[in-house]
Amino acid sequence: MSYSKKVLKHFKNPHNQGVIKNADAVGKVGNPTCGDVMKIYIKVKDNKIKNIKFETLGCAAAIAVSSALTDMVKGKTIEEALKVTKDKIVKDLGGLPPVKIHCSMLGVEALHEAIKNYKK
Amino acid sequence: MEFNKIIRIRVARYALRVTRYMSIYFDHSATTPVDKKVLKEMMPYFNEKFGNPSSIHSFGQAAMAGVDKGREQVAEFLNCEPEEIIFTSGATESDNLALRGVISAVKRQGAKKPHVITTLIEHDAVLQPCLEMEKEGVEITFLPVKPNGVVDLEKLKKAIKDNTVLVSVMYVNSEVGSIQPIREIGKIIEKVNRNKLNEWKKGRTKDRGEKPRPIYFHTDATQALNFLPGNTKYLHVDLLSLSGHKIYGPKGVGALFVKKDVPLKAIQLGGHHEKNLRSGTLNVPGIVGLGAAISLLDEETVKNNNAKIAKLRNMLVDGIKKNIPDVILNTDRENSTPGHAHFSFLGVEGESILIALDLEGIAVSTGSACASGSLKASHVLLAMGIKKEIAHNSIRFSLGKNNTEAEIKRVIKILPSIIRKLRGMNPDYKK
Repeated sequence: MSYSKKVLKHFKNPHNQGVIKNADAVGKVGNPTCGDVMKIYIKVKDNKIKNIKFETLGCAAAIAVSSALTDMVKGKTIEEALKVTKDKIVKDLGGLPPVKIHCSMLGVEALHEAIKNYKK
Repeated sequence: MEFNKIIRIRVARYALRVTRYMSIYFDHSATTPVDKKVLKEMMPYFNEKFGNPSSIHSFGQAAMAGVDKGREQVAEFLNCEPEEIIFTSGATESDNLALRGVISAVKRQGAKKPHVITTLIEHDAVLQPCLEMEKEGVEITFLPVKPNGVVDLEKLKKAIKDNTVLVSVMYVNSEVGSIQPIREIGKIIEKVNRNKLNEWKKGRTKDRGEKPRPIYFHTDATQALNFLPGNTKYLHVDLLSLSGHKIYGPKGVGALFVKKDVPLKAIQLGGHHEKNLRSGTLNVPGIVGLGAAISLLDEETVKNNNAKIAKLRNMLVDGIKKNIPDVILNTDRENSTPGHAHFSFLGVEGESILIALDLEGIAVSTGSACASGSLKASHVLLAMGIKKEIAHNSIRFSLGKNNTEAEIKRVIKILPSIIRKLRGMNPDYKK
């Protein structure tokens, strides 16, 4: 099992890591008993994701997924953001080891959760 | 002045690069480097004395001389006869051969439903064959362990039944380093066997039936031999697995000690090597290397290495505990090899620590099996009663004879900021 250079780059210096204090919505998925928790904060204006930040407990892949995903959807409309699939994230990261593919799913789920909460 | 400044900056940058790329190895439980002396002994057997030891001509005999020497060196270390050593491809094969070999043999002798006792903290090389045999009708008991990762002797005694034929307990646990009371278990089993035989002898010749089958005792000593005695008579074991690459020898070679008269059926058939118990052309350079590596483990050397490594481990553990909050040491320093230091850093996934350290040139292992392909928390830690969410926070350092104080200092310097950074990303870690 080895990580791509891009995964390691995101892991070492994650983008959009942190908290949005007055976020419009938050999505949190995962469970510490499985070793992964992902929390996504979004700030929406004119139907666009103006700002996004994440907090993640997890392996290097989970952290890299959070970083890459937040990069990918920042500035996109809600509809565009919902179209980001786990495969797109994996591709953007230059691939993930097979056992780590679920981490990309976790990212998608966290984002969807945040958007669902925003729409409420 | 300006020139001096440039030079100073260059020197500083160079120094930074040197420290950054200083690679440090703290994963000796995974494998060890081949000792220079061992490598030297092995070299001629690749292309000078390259014969097949089964060949009768002089090329074959030269190779056989190397195998014979290796066998004697292993036998001397284990305090057994050279004929009691079977060379294998490593400890995994030795474990498979021990378990399946004994069970097949006693089944052939007529054992109806053989019972095997092992522990919940064994390596997969023991657990998987046991689970497989369970499907084939063998009864298996998996013993729990105490919170310090050591088997409870009272529970072991209670688990022994009339149909018990084999007990398999590892000498040292690979994850946390806990030492199992092998000698005590060996003595318990010998006593049970003696009592069974005496009972049988008391019976009337025509009523008492067949002589009772003894219980055989196997230990996987893979992680132990760098630190602990390998004397099979002292340990009271009937079978013992070992591996070359964990003791500064080569990979791809191991051995199984099988005491004379212990029934064993081959699991790999073919060219009648190793008294028909393990077919396959002998790995001559590997066997020579295994012999050379094991002969380096004399009492004096082991004692000195143990003292040196224990000192380094204390430095590591104390340094980490002093500089990082919310750390649990899962290794019982009173009852473990001196090389192991297994930690849980609360609120951080173990693999992320591993990767962060690797980016700094420091190699450790994760206690959570996450990195190794399975996503489940370590079965060893769970058996010790450690909660899943804490088991996922684990990192194992396993120190070796070549580690230095400078290396320990470096990890103590780097680790706190890594943990702080990763905890900072965790949504649930108290800030």
